[in-house]
Amino acid sequence: MLELSGSRALVEALEREGVSVIFGLPGGAIMPVYDALLDSGIRHILARHEQSAAHMADGYARASGRAGVCMATSGPGSTNLVTGIANAYMDSSPVVAFTGQVPRAMIGRDAFQEADIIGITAPITKYNYQVRSASEIPSIVKKAFLIATSGRPGPVLVDLPKDVQTEVAQMEFPDTVEVRGFSPPSDPDPELLKRAAELLAGADAPFILAGGGVRISNAHLELLRLAELLMAPVGTTLMGKGCIREDHPLSVGVIGMHGSPLANTLIVKADVLLAVGTRFADRTTCDVKEFCKEAEIIHIDIDPAEIGKNKRVRLGIVGDARKALARLTEELAKRLKGERPAHWYERIKQVKAKLQNEGNDGLSAPRLLKRLRKLLPDDAIVTTEVGQNQMWASLHFKAYGPRNFITSGGLGTMGFGFPAAIGAKVARPEVPVVDIAGDGSFQMTMNSLATSVSERIPVVVVILNNRMLGMVAQWQRLFFRGRYSAVEINPPDFAKIAEAYGAQGIRAESMEEFERAVKAALASDVTTVIDVPINPEEDVFPMVPPGCKLEDMIGV
Amino acid sequence: MKTFIFGTLVEHKPGVLQKVSNMFRQRNFNIESITVGPTERGDIARMTITMKGEEEDAVQLEKQLRKLIDVLEVKLLDPSETVVRELALVKVRVEDWRARSDLVNWANIFRSRIVDVSPDSIMIEITGAPSKIDAFLELMKRFELLEVSRTGITAMERGLNRIGLK
Ligand SMILES: Cc1ncc(C[n+]2csc(CCOP(=O)(O)OP(=O)(O)O)c2C)c(N)n1
Repeated sequence: MLELSGSRALVEALEREGVSVIFGLPGGAIMPVYDALLDSGIRHILARHEQSAAHMADGYARASGRAGVCMATSGPGSTNLVTGIANAYMDSSPVVAFTGQVPRAMIGRDAFQEADIIGITAPITKYNYQVRSASEIPSIVKKAFLIATSGRPGPVLVDLPKDVQTEVAQMEFPDTVEVRGFSPPSDPDPELLKRAAELLAGADAPFILAGGGVRISNAHLELLRLAELLMAPVGTTLMGKGCIREDHPLSVGVIGMHGSPLANTLIVKADVLLAVGTRFADRTTCDVKEFCKEAEIIHIDIDPAEIGKNKRVRLGIVGDARKALARLTEELAKRLKGERPAHWYERIKQVKAKLQNEGNDGLSAPRLLKRLRKLLPDDAIVTTEVGQNQMWASLHFKAYGPRNFITSGGLGTMGFGFPAAIGAKVARPEVPVVDIAGDGSFQMTMNSLATSVSERIPVVVVILNNRMLGMVAQWQRLFFRGRYSAVEINPPDFAKIAEAYGAQGIRAESMEEFERAVKAALASDVTTVIDVPINPEEDVFPMVPPGCKLEDMIGV
Repeated sequence: MKTFIFGTLVEHKPGVLQKVSNMFRQRNFNIESITVGPTERGDIARMTITMKGEEEDAVQLEKQLRKLIDVLEVKLLDPSETVVRELALVKVRVEDWRARSDLVNWANIFRSRIVDVSPDSIMIEITGAPSKIDAFLELMKRFELLEVSRTGITAMERGLNRIGLK
């Protein structure tokens, strides 16, 4: 037992969890913790807005597979975290957030900078705690990390009243903790796996749909083995992008509202669909009732509540994707003898060859992204903002690894990509990290330039600058008779803004300039913002109009 | 639509009822009734939740309940194997003595108890299946109903079956 203040116990507990970096911004109610941090080996990265601190922690978590930690003061500090926490919740990202709170005796009195962050974040966290006495801190921290990272990951918030931070108590640091209402997921049911293997072995046109769960459980190799055994095409959800190298012959790209034509066409023809680690989100399935209506669907997910939530399936298998895929492959190997028919295989190759072509239509977004792919090493990490930039990136930028494409899929948060890129770069400093941005999204968190420059975390931002809230403008063109309402945003001079923050700013007005700019950015050890003007009225195609089926894709 | 009854054991601490009831709202389920009380173990409370809906909703709800970390155990109770009870306090205005004796008679037939009497009013305590309470309240409409307070249902399986921590 050690006698420590609550704040020192917190820092000690974090170190024991292996936390090496915290993203945050201080304030009155969290100052004892900030003081204690000075005596620790933990690096603190000062955000300029708490929303960005949470996104940085989220980006860090997605790039590394470990929990990301963020911290804020009470009241406005904690409420500013909310968007970032909700974002992590929707994408099942393990973020642990610490917030200051007014002293215990003031709680409930509308004290200065009091906010009921426990009430506010209840629906957007996997769990949250308000610490009632300092001596609980070591075990609560341990529980917070356990809950955030195991099973289906998600954000956990720990609220620390200021006087709990200063209270001195005997501290016991447990090696393990048990959370009564929380049990690790059970092993996948062998009987169900056998039935799944039978269905797949008998399939004429099997299709594998890989979701974010494949990345989370590091099941990409198991996925590949299964796909190659079955010779089945693999499409991913947006969250699963990169779970199979997108230049692999069996990879057909992302399915969904802005899915690749190849993926959308093949999946609707499947007779047996194996969906792994996906929740059948509406942007993925489009009209969910019509989605793969004729197919036998096998659904593997770690979260039992996902089975049958959005889509009725033939076989629901609860369990970790990696274990389930490995065992399914064993079962399948017993049943599959001889060659798989590969009649569609040639077709995949043909369509792919056509899509591969960069084309020559000036500074079009698809062309820029295909060029960017060539300029970046295979293991580069790309983050995106939200809007057309995101969908173009999904369609035209090939991801080569499960943690190499980081995007806000569930909440669709503009402003996520840039701070997430900073977090990812902290997690994997050895690889280039590029945020593919829209001019609208970037303006939401571009103040993170200050963090990026002063903390020496160099990332690259490529702004596909259409001077519009492009995706909204596209919908107005398509579904509101072209009447523009509040979409023309007259962006500032991004290169100058970058320079004002001490970053490098480049405006690229041709493909050659773009190529030079990317090379300069990669060679530089400072953050670089590359501003590329594109046609303001370019649409993202193909697209499945809202309310329609995947089959009703337009603009192919 | 059918009625489903969930027996649950939850952490007995502040905020848990909010988390449970909020999950219903968030997931677009309608709570018919929800009751909470301490159990024989001080740190565990029991919540009985009823909802109307389709089978599919009930299955989904059970999983969502189980997902809440403060919910320790969930069991969908089989109505035919379950004793379901509700308590209501019913206050009526009765000044006329003849009406009073009717009321006392009916109260007896329903095996309810008179728990408070004033010159102008009578308060009755009644327990039973919700349908019995409905029927009693229907009858009470002949008098002037001043106040009704129902607890919502609590339920327990017959025999040795129980909701226990695994
Ligand atoms: C925080 C937030 N506010 C609003 C939206 C709605 N929204 C979705 S896409 C979009 C336009 C994005 O514009 P921009 O960042 O310039 O990207 P583009 O579509 O032009 O590539 C908007 C406003 C959102 N997703 N997030």
